[in-house]
Formats: sequence, C-alpha cells, structure tokens
Amino acid sequence: MSAVELAGSDAETTAKPAWAAFARSAWAVLAKDARCELRTRHALGAVLLFAVTSTVAVSFTLTAWGSKGPVAAALVWLVIYFSAMSGLSRVFVREQETHTAPLLRLAAPPNAVYLGKLAFNLALMLAIEVVTVPLFVLLMGCRVASWGSVICILIMGSLGLSVGATTSAAMVARARARGALYAAISFPLLIPVLAVAVLGTEAAMAGSSAVAQDLRLILYYVGAVLTASLMLFRFIWED
Amino acid sequence: MGRLDTSGASGERAIMPVPLQIGLGAWITGVILAAFLWVPPAAGFAAPEAARIVVFHVPCAMVAVVAYLVSTAYAIAYLARRSASSDAKSAASAGLGFLFTVLATVTGMVFAQVQWGSAWNWDPRETSILMLMIVYAAYFALRGAIPGSVARARISASYNVLACLVMPYLVFVMPRLMGGLHPTGTLSGPGALSTEYRVVLACAMLGFVWLYVWMLRIQVRLAECEAARGRKKSV
Repeated sequence: MSAVELAGSDAETTAKPAWAAFARSAWAVLAKDARCELRTRHALGAVLLFAVTSTVAVSFTLTAWGSKGPVAAALVWLVIYFSAMSGLSRVFVREQETHTAPLLRLAAPPNAVYLGKLAFNLALMLAIEVVTVPLFVLLMGCRVASWGSVICILIMGSLGLSVGATTSAAMVARARARGALYAAISFPLLIPVLAVAVLGTEAAMAGSSAVAQDLRLILYYVGAVLTASLMLFRFIWED
Repeated sequence: MGRLDTSGASGERAIMPVPLQIGLGAWITGVILAAFLWVPPAAGFAAPEAARIVVFHVPCAMVAVVAYLVSTAYAIAYLARRSASSDAKSAASAGLGFLFTVLATVTGMVFAQVQWGSAWNWDPRETSILMLMIVYAAYFALRGAIPGSVARARISASYNVLACLVMPYLVFVMPRLMGGLHPTGTLSGPGALSTEYRVVLACAMLGFVWLYVWMLRIQVRLAECEAARGRKKSV
C-alpha cells in the first residue's frame, strides 16, 4: 500500500479493504432498522394490516370477476403497491422525526445508508407479499399454472418497487405533507415496473414463457434506477 | 411600482434582441395564416379540414419534450456546480414544459375526438404524455413542499434526473407492450402529408422552439428579479 493511501485513510480502513467497511456500515444500518422495527412493530403491524384489509376488501367486492388472469394480476399488484406506499417511506421519515438523521450522516457513508434502507424495505415488501399473495389466491380462487415463475416475478417486482420507492422516500422525508406526497411522487418513477410486473404475473399465472422477457425488463429498470440512485443519493441525503 | 432595477447586475440586458422578438411575432402569425389559408385539407385523415390542428399539436408535443430535457440538463448542472440560477432555469423550463404538455394533450384530445371518435383511448402516446404531465405535477408538488431553498433545489434536481431516466421506459418500452393508434410515417412514408403541410409543420416547429426560448428567458429574468428583491427584503 502506498504512502499516500496510508496517509489518507484511518486505521480501520487500512486493516481491511474499503468495500468491507462499506458493507459493514450498510449491514449495521439494516440491523439497526430491523431492531427498531422489531421493538415497536409500528410499520410492520400497520402495513401488514393495511395489506390484509385491502386484499379482503378487493376479494369481497370483486370475487365474481377478479379471478380472471389479467384482472387478478392487476389487483394483486395494486394491493402490493398501495401497501408499499403506506410503509416504505417510514425508514427515512423516522430518522427525520426522531432527529437521528444527522447522527446517521456522521456514522455511515451515504450509499451504505441507502443500501441498508433498501434492504430493509425489500424485506418489508417480501413480508407483505408472503401474507397477501397466498391470501389473495385463496380468497379469489385464482388458478396458478407455475408458482416458480410467480415467485420470480414477485421478487423482481418487489426489488424494482423498493429501489424506486426508497429513493423517493429519502426525498419526501424532507418535505411537508409527506403521506399524500409520497404516493404522488413515487408513482411516475414506479409505473414502468408496476406495468411490467402486472404483465409478467399474468403470464406466470397462465404458465406462459413470456415471463422471461418481463423479468429481463425489470432487471434493466433495477440496473438503471439503482445506479442513478447511488449517484444521486448523496445529494438527497446531505444536510 | 417603478421599473425593476437590474442595473446592479450587468446593466440593462434585453430578454431577446428586439428584432428577434418582432420576428417571432411575425413568424408565428405567418404560421397561423399558412395553416388555415395555404395548406390544403389533408386527404389521408377522417376529417381533412380538422387535420390542420396537427400543425400546432405536433410542435407543442415536441417543445414539451425539449423543455423537459433542458430542465434535466440544468438540474444536472445544478448538482454539479450548485449555482442558484441553474435551479431557477430548471424550474422555469419545467413550468413551460408543463404548459406545452397541457396544450399538446388538449389539442390531441380534440383531434382524437374527431379522428378516432373518442377523446381518450389509452393509446401509448396518450399514456406517455399523461405520465409526462404527472411527472411535472409531482415535480412541482415536491418543490412546493420542501422548506428551504437549498434543500428544495437539491432534492428537486435529483427527482428531475431520476424521472428523466424513467421516461424512456414510458415512451419506448410501454408502447411496445401495448397496441397503438398513433400513425407512424405521417411525414415520410406512403400516404404522407402533402409538401405544403410538411413545410408549414417545420416552420411551426421552429416558431414554437423560438417562442419557448423567449418565454424561458422571461421566466428566468422574473425569477432573478424575485430572488434579488427577496435578498433586499431580508437584509
């Protein structure tokens, strides 16, 4: 290691490569959020209740038509989308409300914060889906040809939604009237992934191979938006 | 109220050289006259007389996209150099983009009613211009909700860049997944519009971009004056 590098870095980063310290910070952010969440269960309880209520409401009113492939695919993603909108902004709003954001800015590099929060949101979305999707399928009586592809599209769709939604959560945390604004500003960013996920879920439920193309489209979206978010996050996060 | 005092900055600058401003008025007048008097009815359309609206509809849509790209370019410039004037230009351009998006949508809906029988059909381009409108609306809602001009500029510039990145999906990917009504090859393919149409359409595009530049410079000057007045008040 050169003298310049040694002079410019502290003891911890010289002992281990920089990416390991970065990964440890991101993991610490995720662990901190998970611990806060498990202590209070604010978001998890409210979001899951919201998801279950809307699933029940949808199947109660629409059972007659809702089990048809395209309609069921659109409805299940609407339930997931609005459940996500009710809870994903929490990760940054909580830091703002409890005034812990400045400390977090000092404790971890911006992108580690972003990736930690993203991982937490992804886990929250998967938790929503574990509850709502089986419930939806049971209540609506949908026929699913290929569970494997449905699970693939659900995971990729959640990844796409949480990448966009985490970035807009960081933006909206600084604004007034966050609740209403969050769904409004996230929608234009998330609509491509939502539209493709609906098409993909429809294909997966019918057992069609068109799902591969939809998975690829979501992958491109994730690649583009994740890269841009990592480049932009320091501007959004700085004080 | 007296004349706005901008002499402190860099003397009295015209928003656009006066001959260019007069030329703009004459040019737009000429385009309007030509669209109604010189251009023949378009043979390929359901209502050949009503098709004249194309001369105004297409340039509006084009300027809306240009304004959006300019707004994003200034947003990137703001993030790179943090000059307040880049933020003002980005916001002004987005405002004009919203205006032209509304104009393109309204003229498009009028023509859709005549040509396709209903004002709204969820045609891919209708979908994408609606999304463009929602992006602009969300951008202004976000700007309005963030207290503090520096945080507002930084966060809205980030949103602007991210939304611009998502636009190609709305404009190019989603139309491929859905069917469409909008014609392609109206300008070059067989059954294309007549030469007069193409000439007037090209002139209208130039005129509308010119109009956009003029309006943008007025908006930017206005923002500068307001900022200067705000500074004077706070001192």
